[in-house]
Amino acid sequence: MDIQARVSMNVDDLRAWSSAKDEPRWLIERRVHALELAGTLELPKVEKIKLEKWDIYESGDYKAENAWSGLEDAPEVVRGLVASPVKGGLIVQFNSDVVYTKLSESLAVQGVILTDLHTAAKEHEELVKRYLFQAVKPEEHSLSAAHSALWSGGVFLYVPDGVEVEAPIQAIFLNDTSGVRFAPHILIVAGSNSKISYVDHCISSRDDIKVLHNGVVEVFVGVGSKVQVASVHQLATATTDFTQRRAVVLADGGVEWIVGEMNNGYTASDTKTLLQGNGSISDAKVIAIGSGDQKLSCTTQAQHFGRSSVSQMITRAVMREEATAIINGITKIEKGATHCDGQQTERVLMLSPKARGDANPILLIDEDDVTAGHAASVGQVNAEQIYYLMSRGISRSEAEYLVIFGFLAPVISEIPLEGVRSHLQDVVEKKLGRS
Amino acid sequence: MTTLKIEELRSKIEGKEILKGVTLEIHGGEIHAIMGPNGTGKSTLASALMGHPKYEVTGGKVTLDNEDLLEMEVDERAQAGLFLAMQYPSEIAGVTNSDFLRSAINARREEGDEISLIRFIREMESKMKGLEMNPEFAHRYLNEGFSGGEKKRNEILQMILLEPKFVILDEVDSGLDIDALRIVANGVNEMRSPDRGFLIITHYQRLLNYITPDFVHVMMQGRIVKSGGPELAHRLEAEGYDWVKEELGITDETVREV
Repeated sequence: MDIQARVSMNVDDLRAWSSAKDEPRWLIERRVHALELAGTLELPKVEKIKLEKWDIYESGDYKAENAWSGLEDAPEVVRGLVASPVKGGLIVQFNSDVVYTKLSESLAVQGVILTDLHTAAKEHEELVKRYLFQAVKPEEHSLSAAHSALWSGGVFLYVPDGVEVEAPIQAIFLNDTSGVRFAPHILIVAGSNSKISYVDHCISSRDDIKVLHNGVVEVFVGVGSKVQVASVHQLATATTDFTQRRAVVLADGGVEWIVGEMNNGYTASDTKTLLQGNGSISDAKVIAIGSGDQKLSCTTQAQHFGRSSVSQMITRAVMREEATAIINGITKIEKGATHCDGQQTERVLMLSPKARGDANPILLIDEDDVTAGHAASVGQVNAEQIYYLMSRGISRSEAEYLVIFGFLAPVISEIPLEGVRSHLQDVVEKKLGRS
Repeated sequence: MTTLKIEELRSKIEGKEILKGVTLEIHGGEIHAIMGPNGTGKSTLASALMGHPKYEVTGGKVTLDNEDLLEMEVDERAQAGLFLAMQYPSEIAGVTNSDFLRSAINARREEGDEISLIRFIREMESKMKGLEMNPEFAHRYLNEGFSGGEKKRNEILQMILLEPKFVILDEVDSGLDIDALRIVANGVNEMRSPDRGFLIITHYQRLLNYITPDFVHVMMQGRIVKSGGPELAHRLEAEGYDWVKEELGITDETVREV
């Protein structure tokens, strides 16, 4: 069986397209190299998931979009997510292209950069060249290679040394056409002793839109810096989402992941932190809701290299109807990473007899002088809790909702933008079949 | 006038019959206490009346103001005015005490007639103060990490805010120190009214020093075996249960398989 990714471009087409985007030579060569790899590498191994049976082969055709002059004519779904006026920064990708970018004047003056990745490769060539594909490498597997060859649009967010940004930077990725390429690459670079919060939303405009979202998020956290990345995915039933998120954290830096997997279609995500520096910190919180006959694979990983580094991972999944979830947590502590602490929890709540859930906590520890722990559970809504709530006059459906919402609350409450947080609450209600 | 009428109630859990025909009638304004050693079916009576899913009612009849209680879902029983302060209240993470209380209050109001946030907070805070509860408890997750005594106070807070017609207190005194016992008892006494009936289930006389019952019943072997006035509770406290067993010819007071 042919298990390689099929890509819709040959090398000549790719060179021509990249040149037309005015990309520098080195980037064209990296794309071409990745395209060749895509034809030879195999699909990634995803625990207990037969990825080769998913709609994961077609990368889609690049679809050019005209830039938006403002948000007045933006689709309602976009306007609903955006706080007006934009405080920090906003970037919107529509299908294959970024169509709108706005960064507050005060941030621009401080040297913060927010732009699509094609533009960044031209205007901030040294920075992009230094970091692009250094966390998620094209060599890893065919989907990573296909992404590296064909990504379009994307985000470059750079915060210089010592700059602390309070207002979150927001990104929206909107897809409204089947068969198009939808492969944004997000590159976030935070200099030493800086601080930034990034919130994105990946969304389909209708539930019958069929594409592959092959997305990558790379985050580089400088010495002593703090980066928060919040992401909500709400893609269509017919869309397959394959997303790799990865952070490299230097000494005394910290990354915080807040992820809501609210897709209606097949989803495989991997959110990983490499704790490179001594005293580095990673905190990952993931919630997922599965409905219909969805298959979900959510993996969180923390790999400790630095001494006294600390990782915490929490995943909570609610499975309805005939949905299946494989929840993996992998804590890896390398030899020499003394005094580390790695903790993880995976919990799956099943709301129907046909829903399936599997929580796999994995600790791989090559150093003696560390602390690590895990907890995992798969179960149903606690009947005692429902009885207790109902005994106060609350209806069964409301009681179940309170318990489920309470189960997901620790992640929802952490979303830094009010608009995105309340939208996530609405999405959760919808996914739970309440509206 | 509010009346809870229990006739020949039988109930089993996991196939084992615990209640073997309980008959009791309680009117508004009355406080009835059910006493008895462990394992005689007291808490089962409370759970069966509220409709706990594990307790199957196998016979008998219960009406609250002539409405058939046993036909109702748990939430409908609460809506009809029944309240059970539980021995072991559930902990529910992620749901704050105040969100829960407001949902419970609004559940018994018509849509569009929900309690305003300001009024709710004002009422909750004043009642919490009366129960000497830390105001911070309003924002904590429901019963999560509460001590035994804090959970019991929280049950009483719910009772006060929900203003039920009929209250069952299931071992509300267990795990309470003397100060907490007094506070809880004050909360109950303030709720005494000619329109409201109480059924207090307890091991010990000590709660009844603070809340004076009108009637005292002794439960053994899944039935009420003896009834009397407050003096019965005093005698049980002083002499234990052996004289009752002797009088009735009971050797093992617990519920046995038949």
